[in-house]
Amino acid sequence: MAKRVLTFAEQREGKFKKSAFEAVRTGKRVADELSAEFYTLVIGDENVEKIAPELGDYGAEKVLIVQDSRLGQYSLTAYAKVIAEVMQKVEADYLFMSATAMGKEVAPRVAGKINAGFAVDCTDLKVENGEVIATRPVYAGKAFIKVKINSDKKIFTLRPNVFPVGEKDGKVASLEKIEINLNDDDFKVVAFETIAATQGKIDVTEADIIVAGGRGLKAPENFKLIEELADVLGAAVGASRAVVDAGWRPHDEQVGQTGKTVSPKLYIAVGISGAIQHLAGMSSSKVIVAINKDKDAPIFQVADYGIVGDLFEVVPALIKELKKVLGK
Amino acid sequence: MKIAVCVNRVPDTETKVKIGADGKTIDKTGVNYILNPYDEFAVEEALRVKEKFGGEITVISLGGSENVEVIRRALAMGADRGILLKDDSQRDTFSIAKALAEVLKEISPDIIFFGKQSIDYDNQAMPSLVGELLGIPSITVVVKLEINQDGTIIAEREIEGGRERIRGKLPIIIGAQRGLNEPRYPSLKGIMAAKSKPVEEREAVKFENKAEVIEMLLPPPKKAGRILGTDANAVEELVRLLREEAKVI
Repeated sequence: MAKRVLTFAEQREGKFKKSAFEAVRTGKRVADELSAEFYTLVIGDENVEKIAPELGDYGAEKVLIVQDSRLGQYSLTAYAKVIAEVMQKVEADYLFMSATAMGKEVAPRVAGKINAGFAVDCTDLKVENGEVIATRPVYAGKAFIKVKINSDKKIFTLRPNVFPVGEKDGKVASLEKIEINLNDDDFKVVAFETIAATQGKIDVTEADIIVAGGRGLKAPENFKLIEELADVLGAAVGASRAVVDAGWRPHDEQVGQTGKTVSPKLYIAVGISGAIQHLAGMSSSKVIVAINKDKDAPIFQVADYGIVGDLFEVVPALIKELKKVLGK
Repeated sequence: MKIAVCVNRVPDTETKVKIGADGKTIDKTGVNYILNPYDEFAVEEALRVKEKFGGEITVISLGGSENVEVIRRALAMGADRGILLKDDSQRDTFSIAKALAEVLKEISPDIIFFGKQSIDYDNQAMPSLVGELLGIPSITVVVKLEINQDGTIIAEREIEGGRERIRGKLPIIIGAQRGLNEPRYPSLKGIMAAKSKPVEEREAVKFENKAEVIEMLLPPPKKAGRILGTDANAVEELVRLLREEAKVI
């Protein structure tokens, strides 16, 4: 029997995240390798119909839309119900979602509803002998496991920033509205307000470039150097555990085993010695730059480029050079 | 108020991971184990809820007999009793969640706390999955929690680029994130008291795994790169390399 693949394309406030396109593109690729039928699901209020056609650019063919004014606000319980019911309706064997704050919370609940095995935060998906084999980091990236799901229904969440989005196809996807019966009891938990960290702040898990600072900065006010460098590069600000524990920086910036695991294109570690917990969280970055006074700091063992020097001289010079070269 | 906390025992964060002889799990030789760091926030929040509303805190852990250590740690912080679900087999998230749900059904807590994730397999799935199996809502990655006398709840959870505030109601499951509170250290008195608190041992109910680990791998070793210089003069070369060689800016 032909298989069916469903991808959930996450939107918030009427906009798709880049990771939604990554999920659609990957879902399409896996569906092709499995010779499966491919569906994409969008959930939200009346506005999602307007943005749904955009998904055709990333491989979506049949876009299923579930609209309800109450779905304009994220509700774990309602979203999980909608996704599980759509899976049953189209008889999907596979579900792909992004491993975002939403995806990480929703996917296990959908799994519980439809009795599906799952692999979360995957960094690679391969089809071997008609089976999807997922690779995912464990121990914050100190190791990886290859996982096979043995249940009939299978769910995978994909780490943002890892899977390619590809060139825009310019294809037109068909849109189909699906009715799911929702009652008030389905909205047991509802997000009713969003608080932005700071205006324009980029989250480390979504950033292409991260500039992270550590104890070498000596004082919290010196983090303005890190912020300025991040600003020139359009980067997110990251921090080591030491400076978060010291209360210099908020914990949502912490990179490492008990913080965020990140995989940006470029990671610039400033005044970070590179404890094993920190390296676990960032060593899968594509390119790593280290700026540190101590030539024996472990960070240099993983860095592609290093400057062994005083960050208080090197970073201002780097900001100046980047401004010149990038025309800012 | 009936309060439950589920805790796990994990290799400490300084562990250098080596692959074990089975090729699917880590080599446990010489590894130090600790209470999962996020579970400390879960235990602390449970204690605060008890301090405000009264009640009893049950700590549950699934694993080998050595998991009693992490239960005792939670008891030393102030929890009341423990349940060890004994099982030495390799379980997937689904199978662990089912065994925990069985016991939680029996206790029927008003609120259940988990750490947002266990720092070994990093699944971040347990609060949601157990919630689904029990038919009660859950909120994960929680950094702020308010519980009102009428059983309504406002929680703040971390999302990309900020937080979102969630409205809910008891009974509920909370996945605790760093920032929720400052976990207390067990006092000497607490440690002594923990020794006489009851820890019940049971065999964990078996469920089949749905996910199978085929292989564990280490990340490809990164070779140390180039040191470009020792002062600000190296900056120009660094920017050139980032643009022309690495092509990342």
